[in-house]
Amino acid sequence: MANETKGNWWIWRVFWILLAVTALEVGLGIIKPSFLMGQFLGTKLINHVFIILTIIKAAYIVLEFMHLGHEKKSLKWTILLPALILIPYLLFIVLTEGGYASLML
Amino acid sequence: MEQVNDNSVEPWKGGDKPYNASYGKLMMWFFLITDALTFSGFLSAYGFSRFKYPEVWPNPEDVFSHFPFLHGDHPLLFVALMTFILIMSSVTMVLAVNYGHKMQKNKVILWLSLTIVGGAIFLGSQAWEWGHFIHGDKGGIDTKTEYVVHIAEGEDLASVYTLMGVDGHDGSHHHFSAEEVISNLEKNPQYNIRKANREYLSNTESIDYLKENATDVLLGANLKNNEYGHPLFADYFFFITGFHGFHVFSGVIILIIILINVIKGTYERRGHYEMVEKVGLYWHFVDLVWVFVFTFFYLV
Repeated sequence: MANETKGNWWIWRVFWILLAVTALEVGLGIIKPSFLMGQFLGTKLINHVFIILTIIKAAYIVLEFMHLGHEKKSLKWTILLPALILIPYLLFIVLTEGGYASLML
Repeated sequence: MEQVNDNSVEPWKGGDKPYNASYGKLMMWFFLITDALTFSGFLSAYGFSRFKYPEVWPNPEDVFSHFPFLHGDHPLLFVALMTFILIMSSVTMVLAVNYGHKMQKNKVILWLSLTIVGGAIFLGSQAWEWGHFIHGDKGGIDTKTEYVVHIAEGEDLASVYTLMGVDGHDGSHHHFSAEEVISNLEKNPQYNIRKANREYLSNTESIDYLKENATDVLLGANLKNNEYGHPLFADYFFFITGFHGFHVFSGVIILIIILINVIKGTYERRGHYEMVEKVGLYWHFVDLVWVFVFTFFYLV
């Protein structure tokens, strides 16, 4: 396997990236910069920033720590596609249609 | 292309690996997909409820604002620490897997043990967080309209305990009635209430509002009542963090089992440490779920 000869440096690289992104998230959550508090697409701008940073962290965990980025292409897409199609679809249905829920009261 | 059987000569006997991954690893991945879809179902249901009650949903930083052994409000700090612990235990897990590939038994034992320690610390932190959430912090007042109102001093959140002149953390079980709270509001005009939509009322408005709407004083949170606000918030909190915590717990148990196997030399004899890799996949998945729980429960 390819990583048998690989050292450990890439693990610590991913660790520092994850730590930096988490620190950035916590910092933004505590400071709440006013330029990020405007509304955008149904929620605050800062929430979109949080979601993008979270997806970056998730990508590093799945592709590096879980090694999926270095697996065969067929395996990679077999794992990723169901999640990448079904989860946004579920969110779209639940969150957009959820707007009617208050009318049912 | 990988090596392919020549089916024209003899019937196919299996053995091709189109994914270049073992059966066990493939099945772990398929399990993780289903588990990911389960968690996304939970989290999108949580999002649905948040969008349904945007005005009255509790503000996470009012809820999770404490740090063990520290006084005052430190929103986000404790969960940030928990996130750090889980990321760290993910790193030790990758190191264990990496040394497994190199067949270095003692290093696998070292890093697996540290991963178990990280998981145990995370579970302990979660127990503290649950305990704090169940015990409650400032108390709230339930109303006829399913919305919970809070005691404030001017425009700052205060607590039911200070209004009633007792120490909320003295270990004894307190119980107050709505009438007692109203009479203490009449005696202490510096106090007032904050409605669920974060609108502050004056002292006299507060008394009128409570006389008309108050039903009960809520101290702490459970599946039926939640002093922090809408009961659904507590339900989702217990269910999603509980389900995640259960994953961490089973992860720790599985890690202990494979650690025993590593020490006994089972994988050394087998010639490969793939079992460590498979359990590692599960452990990273637990970390992955926490990354999303952290964002949607504490940050957003």
